[in-house]
Amino acid sequence: MTIATPHISVQNLNLYYGDHHTLKNINIDIPDKKVTSFIGPSGCGKTTLLKTFNRLHDSSLEVRVEGKVLLDGENIYDKNAEVTSIRKKMGLLSQRPFPLPMSIYDNIAYGPRIHGEKDRHKLDEIVERYLKDVALWPEVKDRLKSPASRLSIGQQQRLCLARGLAVEPEIILGDEPTSALDPKSTQKIEELFLELKEKYTIVLVTHILRQARRVSDYVAFVYNGEIVEFGPTEELLLHPKEKLTQDYVKGFFS
Amino acid sequence: MKWKKIEEQFFKALMILSTVVIVASFFLIVGTIVSKGLPSLSWEMLSEIPTGDFYMGGEGGILNSIVGSMYIAVGSSLLALLISLPVVIYINLYLKKSSWMGNLTRLGYDVLFGMPSIVYGAFGFTLMIYLGMKASLLGGIIAVTLLIIPIMVRTMDEVVRSVPKELFEASYSLGATRYETAFVLLKQVAPGIFTAILLAFGRGIGDVASVMFTAGFSNDLPQSLQDPASTLPLAVFNQLSSPVEEVQARAYGAALILTIVVLLISISARMMSKRLSKNKI
Repeated sequence: MTIATPHISVQNLNLYYGDHHTLKNINIDIPDKKVTSFIGPSGCGKTTLLKTFNRLHDSSLEVRVEGKVLLDGENIYDKNAEVTSIRKKMGLLSQRPFPLPMSIYDNIAYGPRIHGEKDRHKLDEIVERYLKDVALWPEVKDRLKSPASRLSIGQQQRLCLARGLAVEPEIILGDEPTSALDPKSTQKIEELFLELKEKYTIVLVTHILRQARRVSDYVAFVYNGEIVEFGPTEELLLHPKEKLTQDYVKGFFS
Repeated sequence: MKWKKIEEQFFKALMILSTVVIVASFFLIVGTIVSKGLPSLSWEMLSEIPTGDFYMGGEGGILNSIVGSMYIAVGSSLLALLISLPVVIYINLYLKKSSWMGNLTRLGYDVLFGMPSIVYGAFGFTLMIYLGMKASLLGGIIAVTLLIIPIMVRTMDEVVRSVPKELFEASYSLGATRYETAFVLLKQVAPGIFTAILLAFGRGIGDVASVMFTAGFSNDLPQSLQDPASTLPLAVFNQLSSPVEEVQARAYGAALILTIVVLLISISARMMSKRLSKNKI
């Protein structure tokens, strides 16, 4: 499948974990301002693939990456690529929410602060705006100075989303962001994704097929380190071309 | 079914016994020191330096040792912290996981950790002779610093390594540099850092062998880093070796002071670390 204006373009990407060939010759174009989901069984490499997008494998000695990941046409694995500015363009939501060890306010203000924002009023505005964006503002506006760890886990995940948005990224990476949440919080996060895709490109790793169907425009089926099939959501989930995809979406294996 | 129950009861009893042994020995030690030390504890002992025949039963106190111990323990703890903190941040944030440099560092301080303190004393002594230094406060601080760095680095490293990698990823994915991430890390592990300082301080204030040759001994208060200084453990040692019974009794007074100092530091550090951990995730 070809995408006219890809936001992220992965070209001949191979990733080795020690001797293990974890990602095998990945080629995929992630469309701009759409939700793209990676589905597949546990251990198939979908999270690993997601993390190559903001170079989170950099700190492991065993991981070797070959190939290109083009972000707006520029290879993020280029020798001269500035890793912090690449990461700034992508907000990450992990499986479990990980608020920074500081107050609710400071969690949101942290990103803007490290990128040079010092003005208190501006920071106040930023905090309010992004907490509103994730519908957390009414719940926390009276306790911005209290530790983020006191929030419920669903609130924490929305806080983490707001924290990511506060550095004004272009892309949101979600690594099974609802797997630790209760159904109600999950629904809230999914609704947020649907709103946010107006402004952001969203890449989601999920093992819940219904979730992929509810929120995504495109779905890629990853199996054993390879992209088996990639296409528009309905098409891939309802009329998959490959036998392997058929078996997976029908629930023959998971 | 019955056997399982016996097994459960047996091992539970064993564990209770061990716990009782620990708690009992704590109270036994503290009890002995308090009961033997309290009678000889006086304001004079805390506020005066020893007179010439102090160790033969003369007048005076052990202010010189109290001050010397505090100087050495505080000085070396600060110095060790200044060295340990960058090491821990470097091997955890800047080096890749299981890099040879990190492994070598960890092997290094593990070996140093198990080294008897007399070795540090001897090394410090050699170093001082080489540098032409006399036994002094500075010499003592350096020897004790060498002794407690491995304790600090090791304890902090344990704490930092137990931090989930998602915390780093969270900070990195906001575009933070490793240096900026280090501050987030420090907020998270602040209570652990405090514990590490406390452990090192406790070891530093109580050690005799490392300061015996390096800090020397003096009945006077040290006026500068070049002056020799006495320490509390040394005061205990010197008084216990006296043939005079009254002086031997005073040794327990000195031991009591040492215990109280460590206890106070320990309690205040605990309170401090509780306050620091309010933001911890």
